[in-house]
Amino acid sequence: MPIFNLSSFSKRLKDKEWGMGEFKVHRVRFFNYVPSGIRCVAYNNQSNRLAVSRTDGTVEIYNLSANYFQEKFFPGHESRATEALCWAEGQRLFSAGLNGEILEYDLQALNIKYALDAFGGPIWSMAASPSGSQLVVGCEDGSVKLFEVTPEKIQFARNFDRQKSRILSLSWHPAGTHIAAGSIDYISVFDVKSGSIIRKMVLDRQHLGVTKSRCIVWGVAFLSDGTVISVDSVGKVQLWDSATGTLVKSHLIANADVQSIAVADQEDSFVVGTAEGTVFHFQLVSVTSSSSEKQWVRTKPFQHHTHDVRTVAHSPTALISGGTDTHLVIRPLMEKVEVKNYDAALRKITFPHRRLISCSKRRQLLLFQFAHHLELWRLGSTLATGKNGDTLPLSKNADHLLHLKTKGPENIICSCVSQCGSWIAYSTASRFFLYRLKYEHDNISLQRVSKMPAFLQSAVHILFSEDSRKLFVASNQGSLHILHLLEGSFKHLHTFQPQSGTVEAMCLLAVSPDGNWLAASGTSAGVHVYDLNHLKLHCTVPAYNFPVTALAIAPNTNNLVIAHSDQQVFEFSIPDKQYTDWSRAVQKQGFHQLWLQRDTPITHISFHPKRPMHILLHDAYMFCIIDKALPLPNDKTVLYNPLPPKNESDVFLRRTAHAFKISKIYKPLLFMDLLDERTLVAVERPLDDIIAQLPPPIKKKKFGT
Amino acid sequence: MAALEEEFTLSTGVLSAGPEGFLGVEQSDKADQFLVTDSGRTVVLYKVSDQKPLGSWSVKQGQTITCPAVCNFQTGEYIVVHDQKVLRIWNNEDVNLDKVFKATLSAEVHRIHSVQKTEPLVLFQRGAVRGLEALLAEPQQNIEAVIPDEEVIKWSEFFMVFKQPVLIFITEKHGNYFAYVQLCKSHSLSKYTLLLGKEEKSVKPNFTARVDGKFISLVSLSSDGCIYETLIPIYSSDTEKNHRLIRALMLKAVVSGAARNGTALTILDQDHVAVLGPPLPASKECLSIWNVKFQTLQTSKELPQGTSGQLWYHGEILFMLHGKCLTVIPYKCEVSSLAGALGKLKHTQESDPHSMPHFVDWETCSGYDLGSYSADQSRTLRRKKIETNLQPEVPGSKQLLSIIKNDSEKHIEVELRKFLAKSTPDFHTKIGDVVAGLLGRCKAEPSFYPRNCLMQLIQTRVLSYSLCPGLMEIALEHTDVQMLQLCLQQFPDIPESTTCACLKLFLSDTIQDEKKEMKEQTEIVQNGFSPEDNSCSKDDQQLNKKPGDAAKETTSFPVTSCPVTPKRAALINAVLHSAYSEAFLLPHLKDIPAKHITLFLQYLYFLYLKCSGNATMTLPGISPPTLSQIMDWICLLLDANFTVVLMIPDAKRLLLNLYKFVKSQISVYSELNKIEVSFRELQKLNQDKSNRGLYSIEVLELF
Repeated sequence: MPIFNLSSFSKRLKDKEWGMGEFKVHRVRFFNYVPSGIRCVAYNNQSNRLAVSRTDGTVEIYNLSANYFQEKFFPGHESRATEALCWAEGQRLFSAGLNGEILEYDLQALNIKYALDAFGGPIWSMAASPSGSQLVVGCEDGSVKLFEVTPEKIQFARNFDRQKSRILSLSWHPAGTHIAAGSIDYISVFDVKSGSIIRKMVLDRQHLGVTKSRCIVWGVAFLSDGTVISVDSVGKVQLWDSATGTLVKSHLIANADVQSIAVADQEDSFVVGTAEGTVFHFQLVSVTSSSSEKQWVRTKPFQHHTHDVRTVAHSPTALISGGTDTHLVIRPLMEKVEVKNYDAALRKITFPHRRLISCSKRRQLLLFQFAHHLELWRLGSTLATGKNGDTLPLSKNADHLLHLKTKGPENIICSCVSQCGSWIAYSTASRFFLYRLKYEHDNISLQRVSKMPAFLQSAVHILFSEDSRKLFVASNQGSLHILHLLEGSFKHLHTFQPQSGTVEAMCLLAVSPDGNWLAASGTSAGVHVYDLNHLKLHCTVPAYNFPVTALAIAPNTNNLVIAHSDQQVFEFSIPDKQYTDWSRAVQKQGFHQLWLQRDTPITHISFHPKRPMHILLHDAYMFCIIDKALPLPNDKTVLYNPLPPKNESDVFLRRTAHAFKISKIYKPLLFMDLLDERTLVAVERPLDDIIAQLPPPIKKKKFGT
Repeated sequence: MAALEEEFTLSTGVLSAGPEGFLGVEQSDKADQFLVTDSGRTVVLYKVSDQKPLGSWSVKQGQTITCPAVCNFQTGEYIVVHDQKVLRIWNNEDVNLDKVFKATLSAEVHRIHSVQKTEPLVLFQRGAVRGLEALLAEPQQNIEAVIPDEEVIKWSEFFMVFKQPVLIFITEKHGNYFAYVQLCKSHSLSKYTLLLGKEEKSVKPNFTARVDGKFISLVSLSSDGCIYETLIPIYSSDTEKNHRLIRALMLKAVVSGAARNGTALTILDQDHVAVLGPPLPASKECLSIWNVKFQTLQTSKELPQGTSGQLWYHGEILFMLHGKCLTVIPYKCEVSSLAGALGKLKHTQESDPHSMPHFVDWETCSGYDLGSYSADQSRTLRRKKIETNLQPEVPGSKQLLSIIKNDSEKHIEVELRKFLAKSTPDFHTKIGDVVAGLLGRCKAEPSFYPRNCLMQLIQTRVLSYSLCPGLMEIALEHTDVQMLQLCLQQFPDIPESTTCACLKLFLSDTIQDEKKEMKEQTEIVQNGFSPEDNSCSKDDQQLNKKPGDAAKETTSFPVTSCPVTPKRAALINAVLHSAYSEAFLLPHLKDIPAKHITLFLQYLYFLYLKCSGNATMTLPGISPPTLSQIMDWICLLLDANFTVVLMIPDAKRLLLNLYKFVKSQISVYSELNKIEVSFRELQKLNQDKSNRGLYSIEVLELF
């Protein structure tokens, strides 16, 4: 048996694999991205999905069963400020806003089905009937309008008695017979059948002895026993008896507005959010241990927000809140969670689960996507070298090359810069733009490629081939277009039509570096792989329960690496049409439990050009290089060791211990890629920088009385 | 909230109820079993929960039972008297009363009284009292006459007051009523004249009584329908005089004044009485529960078939003769609240299937651990099935409460441990009920002090002062410092008066004697009652070295060793940690004797010096008092007692030292303030290095 000389082996290893993990990292913090504040959330019990609308009109769909993954989104629109969001007729999603329109979203094609003007001025509130077959909206002019939900559209049915001022909140009685409407200074109860007002409850404008000019009812909730709960701008949560129109109980909970309320389906608990960023949980509890008399008691306060909590939702197991500080917070109710695993932990979702950044490796460019503009930056350079942890002196700083504003009010859906840096493409909901860039010394000239074909209206995902000669566009109708790029123009090569019968949009694309294969994944169906030489469908990766969060095809081997929202990673050999042995081995052993417990999805996968055994992937809080040659970690091994190694043998042990090399230095990490074998680019967006750009929160006195 | 539960009847086939009803219903040594004696010849033992008789015994034809059968709790035997002089003692195995032990006495027996934990007492018709054992040793002994000839005993009751058996009986003579209180151990007898209203002369009043501290509260239902209370001192100052006792109105017109017969009352607890009788002249008879504290009717039950005007109350069960049936009504009383008394609570008995309260488990909310993760459970967020069909009450706590009422301390402890082991949905309220039960018994039975049980309950960390207001008072009474320390550490809402009472006790000489034993130990132990805590003692050793160094530095004010023993220090530290409001604490601090103020001030000064001895201004050990706590207490103590401190030479010297030390501290701080600006500049330089700016190129090596 040969004597194993550890130090000489490690020296050899170091010589051979110099910099196996040593990189120069361009640490970028100038991506000035600020997410929009959350305006509404709507929880759908049937599908366990959450719809979130933001102040810029964007609507996102989160799948709570799939590890809270943001699986779909609808781009925003400058003139479409969403004020209300609701699910009706099972899983149809509607929104209404200050432009006076009611919209229905097509959750398959990811576009807006239709917009219908309610003719009542800006719409402040909307609620679907308990059966889901009717919608009511509350308008600026004080009208409450009832719409019937038909299979294809919605149909105006009737106006209710018109009120003096705008209707800010609406709630149906669970039996569908009455509606409570919150207005300014009063709450009215309507009879749905006759449309007439049957009760009017006037609110007290007093707040701690000071009379405010008005009391805005921000939210109402109708319970099945006839109780109406209201939240208002005076800071009160009040319980009213709708039969008599009397105030039953009043809780003063805040010095500022209470802006939102949501009741559990069982009506044994509700949640309210205040402008001070606090969320209060109220529960119906017995007065004494043995009596059945029950009372609403304020049980738990949560302070997960710094700014106004504009909206709350109550799922059977969690309280969901969102507001101006842009975080979506999901707080599981511990008493309703049976297994106290990582799913029971608090979730705070701040960043989108898709990429906003693309990168040109050859020219070292980064393209940043904002709601209404794109920014192109060139990375700097350095000549110096150093050891782990050093910051190197810059010989050239990063340059802001281009600021490209969109035309029109629509938000940008997706964008891409080609590897050579000479093409930029982006798309809004109705238009597709392609630009040709020319670099002459320090000058850049930009030329728009005009006359886009009619089928290129809106894209969900755009991708350039590695040699920048082809452009792949995933349209929201489920088709994939391939364009051949020429100098200053293009030619339509082919369109892959969606599988018969499906209109599901493809959200993610990946092309192989040799240009032979294209992989595309939708929100629910499996990943399709197309043969680009023969222009046909090559195979479909077996469907998996959880949505795909990132896709990439490895050079040379043409292995497709797929990351799913449940943190599983698969490797699928395209030529062999089957999972690779490594992937099977991983599935057999299972991932490390800490790996599975991460709460942000993998958003980007890339490969090392010289090391085929390495896979690079990252989520918002870590990046990882998987070395497939090394053994997999099991639950007993240390997955992540933040301490630097102490000596040579420790370095060796760590290097060979297991396949996952994890770094958590850069966070929150929005993008990371390999520029070349020894250079990485990491785009961070520190939370403090976002908070600094938000409006100041309500000042609360911390000390004194 | 007091409530009557569903009534049920016991079959009375063998019993013959005379016009006067039964002779009595008495408790047996087993819970749930009661002895019923009819006015004729029969005694029946009932098991109430089964609603069936377990045994029945009769005397021979021609003989008559003259005194209700009772149980001798010490032996488990039953005793009955027939034909006024003949005593019979038997047990469950005996079949024929004729063949059991018989003793013929020399005088007529009025009643035999038996309560738990003592031997039965025999009250003779002429007022003499004998213990059963003494009597059986010599059945034919001479029985003296205690009360005058024409007086007749109308009513009697037997209590245990501070382990001392006390017998009270009421006699009547020509419409005048007299109360006799017999202390059985000291054989002292006091006689009182009860001053009743004029109208009482014609109708016999109903009596019931309970012990209220050093008095017997005699409650009577007079013929005007009102309830009066008379306080009779148990320990009379001089026995010679014939005291007169005046009654006070307790409740007005609870029964119709016209009701001549069929009225009865019994005390249920300190706030509630049960009254039997027609509430209005024309109405049918009713059993009503009155809250004496709030003067309100809690609940009532109509008894249309009429009663015999007799009411017995044993172990939360009311017995009465309703028509021809012996009716049993379980009675339940929770702590009364104003809202409850005002009738705001709808007390419904039916269990609504959806009424299961989802109590917040605060513990799991605050500190769930992620460690209990297992790989196979990783993916599914499982929801708790919401229990829709849970019974509203877990029987465990009910049982435990009845065990607390009657059983031995050992047994309670075992049962309590079982109860604590299983967690119930509304654990908090149940624990509250259990503590209330324990404290209730503590108050009723001074000898009963279930220390271990109470400690266990406090350590559940769900109790607060307001949930068990009597607990700390009882601990203070027993000078149980360990319990007090635990309470101070655990309760968030102790009133200032109680905090101060604890402080007084801790400073007082009652725990002084231990000082001598521990004299050699001078270190502070933060938790005096956990000597097994090694980390603590390690810290103490470090501390032990320090006084010397400190003494060198500050030679002008000699640092003495800790002025109190470690145990006492730990106790005082618990007080220092407790929450208070200055305005409420100050008046109580004034009541502390001067000697203790000096000691306390010495200790605080010592802590202050120790605190100032290191850079972080902290004391070693687990949860030591903070500097601000120490300073606040020094200020408070001086505020409250400044003049006193000035008058005592020792304290004055201490004050002077304190003053000098504070002065020197102030000068140190002012010097530090001066160099603060320079420090800030240094810090700024440091920060610039760590701030990377918007763009940088760094080297990263992955291992």
